Amino acid sequence: MVAEVGGRHDAGRLLEGSGADHETVTPRAAMEEYLHDQLPGAVAELLSRSGTFAAFVEATPGMNELLSIGKVWELTGSRRRSEDAVRYDLVILDAPASGHGLALLGAPRTFSDAARVGPIHRQAGQIHATLSDPGQTAVVAVALAEEMPVNETLELRAALGERMGIELEAVVVNGVVPDRLTAAEAQRLESLDQPAGSPVAAALWGHERAQAQKRQLRRLRGGLDAAPLRLPFFFGPPDLGAISGELEALL
Amino acid sequence: MIPDKRVIVCAGAGGVGKTTTSAAVALGLAAQGKRVAVVTIDPAKRLANALGLKALENEPRKVDARRLRGHGLEITGELWAMTLDPKRTFDDLVARLAPDEQAREEILANRIYQQLSGAVAGSQEYTAMAKLYELDRDGRFDAIVLDTPPSRNALDFLDAPDRLTSFLEGRALRAFLAPTGLAARVVGRGTSVVLGALKRVTGVELLDDLRGFFGSLGGLLAGFRERAEGVAALLEDPQTTFLIIASPEAEPVDEAIFFGTKLRTAGMQLGGLIVNRVHVPVVGDLPAELSGPLAEKVRAAAADLDALATRDAEAIGRLERALGLEASALIPHLPADVHDIDGLVAVQRYLSGAPG
Repeated sequence: MVAEVGGRHDAGRLLEGSGADHETVTPRAAMEEYLHDQLPGAVAELLSRSGTFAAFVEATPGMNELLSIGKVWELTGSRRRSEDAVRYDLVILDAPASGHGLALLGAPRTFSDAARVGPIHRQAGQIHATLSDPGQTAVVAVALAEEMPVNETLELRAALGERMGIELEAVVVNGVVPDRLTAAEAQRLESLDQPAGSPVAAALWGHERAQAQKRQLRRLRGGLDAAPLRLPFFFGPPDLGAISGELEALL
Repeated sequence: MIPDKRVIVCAGAGGVGKTTTSAAVALGLAAQGKRVAVVTIDPAKRLANALGLKALENEPRKVDARRLRGHGLEITGELWAMTLDPKRTFDDLVARLAPDEQAREEILANRIYQQLSGAVAGSQEYTAMAKLYELDRDGRFDAIVLDTPPSRNALDFLDAPDRLTSFLEGRALRAFLAPTGLAARVVGRGTSVVLGALKRVTGVELLDDLRGFFGSLGGLLAGFRERAEGVAALLEDPQTTFLIIASPEAEPVDEAIFFGTKLRTAGMQLGGLIVNRVHVPVVGDLPAELSGPLAEKVRAAAADLDALATRDAEAIGRLERALGLEASALIPHLPADVHDIDGLVAVQRYLSGAPG
């Protein structure tokens, strides 16, 4: 099952017809579900109808993130809310970009610290325990071989370790272009002195781009103390079959 | 499109080169003799170094004229640059708006406030607007160029001040948190039942923190409200314009279309459309002296690049049709990130329509 947060449907579109389940988590729905799970029907209804809980969620920074990650956690079947719900073997979360993603993953710990007792403290603690247990949860960073994405990945790794005690399971670098030319060939092509826009200029551009990516990959590897997995640049539209084939070969 | 503007907001999806474009736009305005400030959000380290930017300063600093000299573009004005520090902007604002020292300390020490100001979600959006407003009011600059945070929804920063104000006012919640006086007597027993139910879910401490937070904020609300109104007026000012920055891939194009449409609906000025990372079509043949495996490699590389150029042209067409606006500049996909003044000057040339 693939889950997305923040009302996005990007993965949902790609997965159409693939047979994998997909769910888009919205804080609103997660909130309603949570309330009805926590309280007797009539009381939950009262809080929901009066808008009190919504106001509380709105007023508490990080609460939306906690509810969203809580819903994703619920999908893993650690404790599904209804008896007949599917218990998934594996839930893949397409998390937001690193800053927001970190806020999402870090919310349970923050709340289990901030509320020292009570149901939120207890449940947030359980969610954090699942997220930070390498036997149950793997965090995979996806990057590009460019300066900013490499910086973000290294920062993400540091922040996950410091704030949550989580190690990155793997780093996948997307869109790695082929380097077709040797240094000697590139020199030869340069000596031809061809104008911009020509086939030779195109080949040199590709070479320079590949070289720039290699520099960033080296930097990333140095910062990670491990080689990232590399996925080739696909020149056509996204092809899930081809991408998963490449990934399987790498793993 | 931008020479007579005082505020230029660069907006678009993340990863499309917004920061670089903002810096290049600012450089171009400085070359026209203006005193320009560019507010960047989380710039790449090498670009920040090239501009002499230091993190955590949170105030514009003049880029040393010597850094800008000798790159083929004469800067007759001044370029000032800064990197936004959301937490510090927020703290400064609280310090300025708080009625007294005690209120200030109370807020800064509150856990809910610390979460709010430190949380990534939302705080960059709000503080970018707050900083823009402050610099505009300050009156030191002829033009201010604002880079915007890479949120998933490029519009988040537009209504951030309003969202924050309504959050701080927190009317619905205040009624329950401070059940005293008339409101309590009118709502009476109903309130205590609801509050009791809420406590069962949240525990008492979170509610106490919230109560403390809203209690100490009372004196600052008017200031925040005034700022939200000021920002709204500034964004609608005829001297403010928005540049939409995109790259020719599906997602950034979708976001640019969404954003442009929303801006128009909101009555804002669309000053231009800039497409970065454009692949240029390949023309001409291989030179005669090239043959064998190397010729094959060149052909393959040219075919790849040409396929990307075709894809880009389609995406740009789709973007222009949807917005009813011709791109004001197409910046070619440079092989490596722009990280120095030469790179900025090159981008600036494309922006001003004089490539090369």
